[in-house]
Amino acid sequence: MSNRTLYQKLVDSHTVTSIDEQNVLLYADLHLMNEYTSPQAFAALEAKRRAVRRPRQQLAVVSHIIPTHAETPRVIRDVASLLQANNLARNCEREGIRLLAANDPLQGIEHIVAPELGLIRPGMVVLCGDSHTTTYGALGALGFGIGTSEVEHVLATQTLVYRLARTMRIVVDGVLPYGTASKDLILWIISRIGAQGARGYAVEFAGSAIGALSAEARMTLCNMTVEAGARAALIAPDATTFEYVRRHALSLDETAWRNALVDWRELISDEGAVFDAEFRFDAHEVAPFVTWGTSPDQAMAVDAQVPDEAGQATPEAAAALRRALGYMGLSAHQPIAGTPIDRVFIGSCTNGRIEDLRIVAGLVRGHHVAPQVRAMVVPGSGSVRRQAEAEGLAAILTEAGFEWREPGCSMCLAMNDDVLSDGERCASTTNRNFEGRQGRGGRTHLMSPAMAAAAALTGCITDVRTLEPHHD
Amino acid sequence: MTKLTLIEGRAAPLPIENLDTDQIMPKQFLRIIDKAGLSGGLLYDLRFDANGVPRDDCVLNQSRYRGASVLIGGANFGCGSSREHAVWGLQQYGFAAVIAPSFAEIFYSNAMNNRLLLVQLERSEVNELLSLSEAPERADAWLRIDVEQQKVITAAGRAFSFPLGARHKRMVTDGMDTIDLTLASLPEIEAFERTHFSRHPWAAVM
Repeated sequence: MSNRTLYQKLVDSHTVTSIDEQNVLLYADLHLMNEYTSPQAFAALEAKRRAVRRPRQQLAVVSHIIPTHAETPRVIRDVASLLQANNLARNCEREGIRLLAANDPLQGIEHIVAPELGLIRPGMVVLCGDSHTTTYGALGALGFGIGTSEVEHVLATQTLVYRLARTMRIVVDGVLPYGTASKDLILWIISRIGAQGARGYAVEFAGSAIGALSAEARMTLCNMTVEAGARAALIAPDATTFEYVRRHALSLDETAWRNALVDWRELISDEGAVFDAEFRFDAHEVAPFVTWGTSPDQAMAVDAQVPDEAGQATPEAAAALRRALGYMGLSAHQPIAGTPIDRVFIGSCTNGRIEDLRIVAGLVRGHHVAPQVRAMVVPGSGSVRRQAEAEGLAAILTEAGFEWREPGCSMCLAMNDDVLSDGERCASTTNRNFEGRQGRGGRTHLMSPAMAAAAALTGCITDVRTLEPHHD
Repeated sequence: MTKLTLIEGRAAPLPIENLDTDQIMPKQFLRIIDKAGLSGGLLYDLRFDANGVPRDDCVLNQSRYRGASVLIGGANFGCGSSREHAVWGLQQYGFAAVIAPSFAEIFYSNAMNNRLLLVQLERSEVNELLSLSEAPERADAWLRIDVEQQKVITAAGRAFSFPLGARHKRMVTDGMDTIDLTLASLPEIEAFERTHFSRHPWAAVM
């Protein structure tokens, strides 16, 4: 077996038994839960008098519904949301599952919390009732989102009936240009291959541009690969990965670490491995990117003009463009730069990490958010929040006029009270620009943290490369 | 469980590309701990205006589509969030099947686990059924979906085949307690665990 892809190795090493040609029984090393996709799974288990098989391989986090106002202790005032939080606490208590509740100092978004607690390591299979579980491929772990029925199955068996994916390799060579980051790269890739361009595939990223990314930047990349329809995203672990895991997985002693490295160095696609599909891209072509529409693939370079129907490949794409421009209040051929914005949201499992906040603080230091703009920074976790405060980033952001808030998913999906009003336009570092995602009638422009910072300062969509440097 | 081998009825057209689960079941309907009441939230922003008044431009509000049991959608139907609430809502509203050129992956698994039939057809075939669905009052708009044969059959006798894996077919037609089936393999799972964690102790993280 010297011609396997990394994906095949991860599946093979977690296959309990083969079910049929398409399906295997896949073992989950770790299962993460939140308060809104797990309740019905626990209820079904209880109704059938089934127990959670491996409580110590579960971690639950209150993340989606939690308000992010800066108040201590944090209080969930919405009755339905409070019921979800209490219900999760009850379920975890009864089953002996570790819970990061609203006021736990480690609370945050599951995909930010798990890696920083050292719970995500190369070679693992990690499942969660949340589509952005693809994030963990950044560390060489196979992660993907599951539905509530599958959450129930995992709780009861620690396994999943898993339909095998096809394999795709996306090679990106070259150097990302000035002003761009992995967020621009993934928006650019999705715009190239489409919102279902990787549907059915486990995508492995490779190439020099990927190798040059930090572990956190890789998380942004793998996180959003699901927006191209991918079933998983993977990056073979390397020195960058090992350095990140070493810093976070403090429970591994020296011997365990050395043994782990022996295993993890095997986690590469073999020389002779064949992928079902392959793309090659040049990082030089990436520019600061921003979405103009209501699907993550409706994205463009910030210095370009909004596309028109004639430029669309199919009648369906033209219809989608018409619908999206109507919703977004934009016209074909208008430059996207200069479009006034009302709100800025910096955070989410895509871009709520300390590295993201450093970039934003670096750009806004000594400047101020445009007067008509309301700008929020929601750190991805309690640890990120404290780190940002210790580094002085929080002070910079607050002085620049940003709201400095408590951690959670917040306005990425607007399940709490952080919501766009009808017609409000938002520069957002999140992952989905769907109609109504951030609030009914809300207009979301996805972009990198740097681009969102630039938009906050100028009050309109702005090419971060044109921002004048701050004066110290 | 009751057998589900034939789905019959009128189809409602909703040819929107990349119709995501946020739109199928918006956020404000997710703050529940059971599965009740999701029919009211289905496609809420498409069905109702900001004041909660039904929108005339939504086919689901038109009396001629009342009782439709099939929904015809665009490509990549059900993309985005993993929320199974989208599937529960479609079923509670009365849909037993969705026809589209393609479906998002997590949505597909969720649908199978709930016995919501997903029929993937070629774009041209979907377009033909969309045309038929535009005049639901006509007798030839009546669709029959034979799950066993994996065929959509129009009143005029046109038949379109769709793919359905053997396991998924059984899940839809017979229903399946997949947990019970898996627990039958418990000795294998336990044996796997012993080997796995002794060979890869780093995989035990908590």
